[in-house]
Amino acid sequence: MDPTDIARWQFAITTVYHFLFVPVTIGLSAIVAGYETAWLRTGNERWLRLTKFFGKLFLINFAIGVVTGIVQEFQFGMNWSDYSRFVGDIFGAPLAVEGLLAFFLESTFLGLWIFGWDRLPAKLHAACIWLVHLGTLFSAYFILAANSWMQHPVGYEYNPDTGRAEMNDFAALLFNKVQLVTFPHVVLSAYMTGAAFVVGVAFWQLTRRAANDEDRTMYRKAVRTGAAIMLVSGLGVAISGDIQGKIMTDVQPMKMAAAEALYDTEAPAGFSIFTVGTLDGSEEKFSIKIPGLLSFLAEGDPDAEVVGINDLRQQYRQTYGTDPGASYYSPGDYTPVIPLTYWSFRLMIGLGLAAAAAAAWILLATRRQRTPGGRAILWTALVLPFLPLFANSFGWIFTEVGRQPWAVFGLMTTDRAVSPGVSTLEVLASLIAFTLLYGFLAVIEVRLMLTYIRRGADPIDHQPPTDDADEGDRPLAFAY
Amino acid sequence: MELTTVWFILIAVLWVGYFCLEGFDFGVGMLLPVLAKNDTERRVLINTIGPVWDGNEVWLLVAGGATFAAFPEWYATLFSGFYLPLLLILLALIVRGLAFEYRAKRDDASWKRNWDLAIIIGSFVPALLWGVAFANILRGVPIDADLEYVGGFFNLLNPYALLGGATTLLLFLTHGAMFISLKTDGRIRIDAGRLAVRLGAAAALVTVLFLGWTQIKTGTVASAVAFALAAVALLTGLYAARLGREGWGFLGTFVAIALGVAGLFLGLFPDVMPTSLSDGVSLTTSNAAATHYTLTIMTVVAVIFTPLVLAYQAWSYWVFRKRIAVHHIPESTAVVSGA
Repeated sequence: MDPTDIARWQFAITTVYHFLFVPVTIGLSAIVAGYETAWLRTGNERWLRLTKFFGKLFLINFAIGVVTGIVQEFQFGMNWSDYSRFVGDIFGAPLAVEGLLAFFLESTFLGLWIFGWDRLPAKLHAACIWLVHLGTLFSAYFILAANSWMQHPVGYEYNPDTGRAEMNDFAALLFNKVQLVTFPHVVLSAYMTGAAFVVGVAFWQLTRRAANDEDRTMYRKAVRTGAAIMLVSGLGVAISGDIQGKIMTDVQPMKMAAAEALYDTEAPAGFSIFTVGTLDGSEEKFSIKIPGLLSFLAEGDPDAEVVGINDLRQQYRQTYGTDPGASYYSPGDYTPVIPLTYWSFRLMIGLGLAAAAAAAWILLATRRQRTPGGRAILWTALVLPFLPLFANSFGWIFTEVGRQPWAVFGLMTTDRAVSPGVSTLEVLASLIAFTLLYGFLAVIEVRLMLTYIRRGADPIDHQPPTDDADEGDRPLAFAY
Repeated sequence: MELTTVWFILIAVLWVGYFCLEGFDFGVGMLLPVLAKNDTERRVLINTIGPVWDGNEVWLLVAGGATFAAFPEWYATLFSGFYLPLLLILLALIVRGLAFEYRAKRDDASWKRNWDLAIIIGSFVPALLWGVAFANILRGVPIDADLEYVGGFFNLLNPYALLGGATTLLLFLTHGAMFISLKTDGRIRIDAGRLAVRLGAAAALVTVLFLGWTQIKTGTVASAVAFALAAVALLTGLYAARLGREGWGFLGTFVAIALGVAGLFLGLFPDVMPTSLSDGVSLTTSNAAATHYTLTIMTVVAVIFTPLVLAYQAWSYWVFRKRIAVHHIPESTAVVSGA
């Protein structure tokens, strides 16, 4: 294996893994903040119990997100030093700003929130978790701006003297048209994911025999708020995703053609729900198609022409010359791996739609104090958290694989981005180390998560402060 | 002042902040088996840094990000060149960070023991390797004419660099002991104060050796002043700790680390990564830098947001200013058995 392959595997594994925890963090921080605010507004203790219950689960998830995030930032320099040299002037800025604006905010106010229950006034305490959420949004904005620049480079000039892309318009970078639609798409997907987690956990608790009336009311509230958030954000995900598809057709037409495995230009172009083809994706054996849908997704018009892979190859060759990495990529010039692009696109959409449908069903089934008891709906609820979660993963796999062979679209191919001085052995060692450690941590995390999910929301401890101990001697409200 | 110089200073400040802050939480982590005799005492130690360690670590992330943005060549050469030490640091920071959050989640002796080990090793490895890495940067490493590191791993293990590692290790241990004596009460407080003085004596010796060696190799007048003041601060801190003045003791190690790191950067300037090859090219604040435009944007962002960050981070330290003693540790509410 050559170091580029290993470095790509490492990036794929560490990034997909990291991004299992990120959407839950973004979504759940908002929901926990919402519950705490609801408690402050209504004084009803069930909201406090939900705050603490999901707050605990949030922290179990957040911890892994944070520690695996460090790898993300270091990895560019370690494995992709030529990429870092080439784009640092423009790509480094949003990363630095992310650290300064987002990471400090998240970490400091999360510390205050975790340990501050008895030291901060209630409103200030709730403000802390809102600030954590704001931090996650800042973080998402700047890292997505950096990624959007890789999809559609703007606000830069290539400097032949230094041999690198140099920034000349920071505002263009921040308000890249790809970014403006990617940010809502990703953040709303994250809300969907966090909410699906809440629905799954709360629904399971709701249908347990042990739950008493008050608990049932509380979990029903959680199920219904979660399902409602899923539906609203799901709608936003669909709309933003649709706009994204049209922008993608404009700026990265090959990605759209690869998403449908559309070899020859068609007008109108259909969208296949299911296709069996040869493994390299070069030939189609069987497929179920919806006529005109691809045309609609790409151009907003069911009769529009969608340019196919073969024509695009010609175009790309004229624009960029012969693909410098052609021998490296399957199946050929300027084309990403078709089966992976094709299926990840469908799985993203399919899982997202399934999640929204399941949320609608659960919302309907729990109306007017009903507690549905069927097996089907229970299993749906248990599977539910994974639907938007994996939709997120496939969305990223699609967007990153679909950009290949480019690391930065039109500017730098991935095989040129890798660190020239790092040996195969070094990259391999780190790939193995991260994969083993991450796998091990996943087992620990999931077990811990299940333990605390099973335990459910604790009752509120109403122990009055004892008179003989003065305030400074009381045990901490929370301690590690 | 040139913007490249401004950013060199800002990155130095970020590393100073990182070592002064995470330095003590590394120390606390490493002292877990030394100063705590039972689980409650271990929890006392961990809870002194519980609310703040993550914020401390962000200084590293921002230093990394700022280097990427302001000196892309430096970031690229350093991170790809010091590959294995950075890998070890990353692995250490991962298990350590997780340990703080997960350790208390199960009331189970072997679970806690394993996470304690993660905290101890996860604090030890970076405390040692950051010193090794910085000493190598100062010493100069093989960087060829393409600004690429060509030295391999074992090149990084030389006597000067190992002395650098011993210096950060001992300084952080002392700094951690000072912090514990400042933030706890009861037996741990007394033991930590005594230990700080003893560790501090060893740290002072190694620090003087390392900084002296550095001064001879790459020093300037400015770095000499910084190093001298760092030594004074360290000795003053130790003296204060001996007298039981814990706040002054902690301030002493804090200032000593700050001035020591500042002196290293003063000795480095205007290089950021000198080459040890005769036909190689050193990375400097000019040939490694981003464009004027990028540096201007970044300066504006830093000027607006850095004071804000400093303010709220300082406030969080104020909120958690109280000492923690054994009787403050609540009984564990964690689950007892496995899943």
